[in-house]
Amino acid sequence: MTTRWFGAPVQRVEDDRLLRGHGRYTDDIDEGALECCFVRSPYAHARITSIDASEARAMPGVVAVFTAAELPFGGVDLPLLIPHPNLTHGRTQRCLASEVVRYAGEAVAFVVAESRYIAEDAAERVQVEYEQLPVVITPEVAARAEHLVHADVPGNIAAEMLQEVGDVDAALASAPHRKKLGFRYERGAASPMEGRAVWARWSEAERKLTVYDSTQSPTSIRGGLAVLFGLPESKVEVIAPDVGGGFGPKIMLFYPDELLVPYAAMQFGRPVKWTEDRQEHFTAVNQERGQVHDVEVGFDADGHVLALSDDFIHDGGAYTPYGIILPIISAAQLPGPYRIPNYRVRFRDMYTNATPTSPYRGAGRPHACFVMERTLDAIAAELGLDRIEVRRRNLIQANEFPYDVGVAWQDGNTVVYDSGDYPELLDRALKLLGPKPPGDSIGMGLGIYVEGTGVGPYEGAHVQVLVSGRVVAATGIPSQGQAHATVWAQVVADELGVDVKDVEITSGDTRGFPWGVGTFASRGAVTAGNAMHVAARMVAEKARQIASDHLEADPADLELVGGQVRVKGSPDRGMPLGAVAVLSNPVRYAFGGGTEAATQFATKPRPGRPLQDGEYPGLEATGYYSPPGSTWASGCHAAYVRVDPKTFRLEILKYVVVHDCGRVINPLVLQGQIEGGVAQGIGGAFYERLAYDSDGQLRNASFMEFLIPYATEIPPIEIDHIETPSPLNPLGVKGAGEAGVIPVGAVLASAIEDATDIPITEMPLSPLKLYELSR
Amino acid sequence: MRVNGVEHAARNDPRRLLSDHLRHDLGLTGTHVGCEHGVCGCCTVLLDGAPVRSCLMLAMQAEGHEVTTVEGLARDGAPLHPVQQAFHECHGLQCGFCTPGFVMSVVGLLAQNPRPTAQEIEEGIAGNLCRCTGYASIRRAVHRAVELSGT
Amino acid sequence: MKPAPFKYHAPATLDEACSMLASLEDAKVLAGGQSLIPLLNFRLARPQHLIDINRISDLDRIYVRDGGVAVQALARQGEVEDSDLASRLCPLLTSAVRLVAHRVIRNRGTVCGSLAHADPASELPAVLLALGGHVMVRSVRGERLIAAEQLFKGVFETALAPDEILVEAWFPELVERYAIFEDSRRHGDFALAGVALAGDNLALFGVAPTPVLVDPQDPTADLQPSGDIEATPAFRLHLVRVLTEKALAA
Repeated sequence: MTTRWFGAPVQRVEDDRLLRGHGRYTDDIDEGALECCFVRSPYAHARITSIDASEARAMPGVVAVFTAAELPFGGVDLPLLIPHPNLTHGRTQRCLASEVVRYAGEAVAFVVAESRYIAEDAAERVQVEYEQLPVVITPEVAARAEHLVHADVPGNIAAEMLQEVGDVDAALASAPHRKKLGFRYERGAASPMEGRAVWARWSEAERKLTVYDSTQSPTSIRGGLAVLFGLPESKVEVIAPDVGGGFGPKIMLFYPDELLVPYAAMQFGRPVKWTEDRQEHFTAVNQERGQVHDVEVGFDADGHVLALSDDFIHDGGAYTPYGIILPIISAAQLPGPYRIPNYRVRFRDMYTNATPTSPYRGAGRPHACFVMERTLDAIAAELGLDRIEVRRRNLIQANEFPYDVGVAWQDGNTVVYDSGDYPELLDRALKLLGPKPPGDSIGMGLGIYVEGTGVGPYEGAHVQVLVSGRVVAATGIPSQGQAHATVWAQVVADELGVDVKDVEITSGDTRGFPWGVGTFASRGAVTAGNAMHVAARMVAEKARQIASDHLEADPADLELVGGQVRVKGSPDRGMPLGAVAVLSNPVRYAFGGGTEAATQFATKPRPGRPLQDGEYPGLEATGYYSPPGSTWASGCHAAYVRVDPKTFRLEILKYVVVHDCGRVINPLVLQGQIEGGVAQGIGGAFYERLAYDSDGQLRNASFMEFLIPYATEIPPIEIDHIETPSPLNPLGVKGAGEAGVIPVGAVLASAIEDATDIPITEMPLSPLKLYELSR
Repeated sequence: MRVNGVEHAARNDPRRLLSDHLRHDLGLTGTHVGCEHGVCGCCTVLLDGAPVRSCLMLAMQAEGHEVTTVEGLARDGAPLHPVQQAFHECHGLQCGFCTPGFVMSVVGLLAQNPRPTAQEIEEGIAGNLCRCTGYASIRRAVHRAVELSGT
Repeated sequence: MKPAPFKYHAPATLDEACSMLASLEDAKVLAGGQSLIPLLNFRLARPQHLIDINRISDLDRIYVRDGGVAVQALARQGEVEDSDLASRLCPLLTSAVRLVAHRVIRNRGTVCGSLAHADPASELPAVLLALGGHVMVRSVRGERLIAAEQLFKGVFETALAPDEILVEAWFPELVERYAIFEDSRRHGDFALAGVALAGDNLALFGVAPTPVLVDPQDPTADLQPSGDIEATPAFRLHLVRVLTEKALAA
């Protein structure tokens, strides 16, 4: 194949309409929709003793107030997305709570009105009486089990899992040096700039439900709604239109609104819309990152890690809708790029009276990376060795792939790194970082990580050449800004020999492609990208077959170049792809485009039926890609920081990233992913902390107090790449979406400790935290 | 009020925010709403040429004023405004949600100060949040916009 | 996050505004709205009446009065920031305004609104206090001056009577020995602690229910700041000492 588009810094095709204000986000869709508002629990743990919505229902402009009692599915537990044998006490919430609320912000009633203004007025008039129950906040308090989040879950333990590779006790016992360490990571939030939103319309005439949802997984929403409402999937259309950032929590299956809005639309015969406001986003949308780790490490005098034991508790929140993916990832990714011959990890997933957790960009990895990198720093400090040298001595070498870590991965396989060159990452990062700038209170930090990307089970794609010669392609996964319309077009354009501008991509619309999984876990490029490649290659093959009859050449001698199928070495012997599209259909009807060209190539009579077994009309194909296992991206970040010795303000003087995501489809898009990820990492390390108080109230539920960095807080990021292609997929790509964020906490912790001599064992930090630690 | 050069009748609904009025009464959904407390900047529009938060104004307050939204920068079919063009060239957007607010802030900045220093650019974009780009490409876009706007 | 219902009034004159404020129960004055409208959107403020003074003409001047800078109620912070008059006579005011949020907010927000809102972490009240300025307030009962030392009574609380409108702030001339420093988490955020130095006066903000004048040699004497998630009382005292040192050295 030619590689003209693949790897090129193609400017985004989606920009024009977004820049003109013609993007179409869920809240932009109106059509006279009724608007909604939730009544949410003000308490983190309480028994509901009564709900009286009569006053609210009587207000002008109020169409309905639903409580659990009014819903046919009011008593149904919402799905548990990913069951696991170790999740012995999985619990999910109901659409609307009717007995007990287990986090502040849990939905209790749902108001449907003529406008959001009226809905908010009415929500204030819904009288809910609560009897407060003891609140369990933080995983440490949950582990003490003095009070229970769920009365029937002993010890607040949703799941427990123990894994061991080698013989940790024996290795620790014989290790020349042993050290015990404790680490803590607090909750953060993804906070996409667009909150969540759902719009739905029911057509009685067609008996068809149409839902616009700012989700990362429209295909799964479709499946669930079809079952709940007893409709064939073909009668449920779910579209993720433009989505204003996702970063993980826009996929949960189901948030209550994703059922209630369609249900209300079916009840009232009018479109219904719910758009989350920023305040409720802080408590109603899933969060992540809370973990507490107890580590014991054994090592030799040269700094080689001989054994590592980690026992951690994970703050799961009030329910486990997403199973135990997060602690599984943390456990699996903790060893990272390092050779740990004896590794034992145990975790307990704890219920707390806080918003449920599900993956947020990085998903279990930033905390794992923090623990591993801090441990290596501690080893270096203990032995008086250079931090970089200790890392170098423990890195898996480039000739050791595939490398089997031996612990369980989220897809049910074990963790096997497919390719990489970690020492090269380190060398390049150090080179890029350069010498330490002059001045006081300056520190250097560094972190290396791996990331399992491109998790299955599959994605699919449909590619079609139109008779105009233009190409349309669709996949099920939506975009939240990852430039799918550009990068898939690059993949398809290469296979079909057309210009990238002639390829139009539809994604995240079940009408365009009904099957798929979703955009999360750095999987889009690997799964959907390869599906596009597979489908486009099938189309190319079909084009060669059809054209071979007419060009009187063997298909193997044909190539697709410049919008033509032509004989290799004889550019004059070719036909336009549009003409091939005309010929692909035994029925002729088309105007223009390739039609006229095709008349020069009248269908050759051939024996048998016009469409023979296995043939289908149209120059199109549907292809799927199902990865054999995750492909492992990696990277090294390093930084120089200055910490003001008096105010403890952080200044990042230089931040460098060397990244390996296999073959790069579009360096501009990749650069944007990494720059954005690092910024989010810096936010999570030094600015953003979800501050719950002991009664479970989030004290900083606004952008005034939850401090997402502005441009002034984010330095320029210098980026370099290496490419170790993945042997697992045809394109050789690995995921890159989460790469930027993973090691930032570890890097800044190391740099700040280096600058201040303040021991850092927790995240996030702040000037206040550093001031207190310095006392 | 005049919006993008077109006069619109008032809506006598005192508590309607200007952002909601633009989006849901006038259908100008390019102005986005990200926080409704003035921090994120997604809803930034020009009021008589100066960028302001449309979530922190009542629609009735804009009566008698000229409002410019992102849709008013380049007419359909016309080339992009230099600031929009610069964002495109520099990959200054990903999900696009914060983008209209940034574009309007930068248009306002450059109207007031056509040759801003790097520091002034930094402060000029520091009132808008972006969760995708990490600001690096936005910073580059503003420098590029200065070039494209230059005479 | 939509405001609760209120009645909206847009008087064309100051007299009209004053009589509305005198006759209406539970009324709030709306000027720049950059603090009030977020409170309305959160439904943390829910006045029965909103008196929008933005339609009143001749209330947006920045001019010289008694040798100082007079800033009227509708002069936007951004206009004060750009005012040559202000930077010539009272550069401390110019420096302080630049620390208020972001330019887009300052394009709408007013200096007088900041003073009337009396956020203890806000820069402008402390600057008025350090400079020994005053405000002019108006009601149907007449006009009076309130000196800065008498103006700030508590968190979001001033000496204005419920029927009074703050129509003008006056900042005395001061062209040397001035400084303002603050420590905030992000650029443009409210200060965790701040100091405004004007001549021999040092005013602190963000560390007490109101801005306070303190002894520059012992700025934390008798100071009992409150704590929040970004700063404990001890950290605030520490920052006051650090910032005072910086201001005195400037």
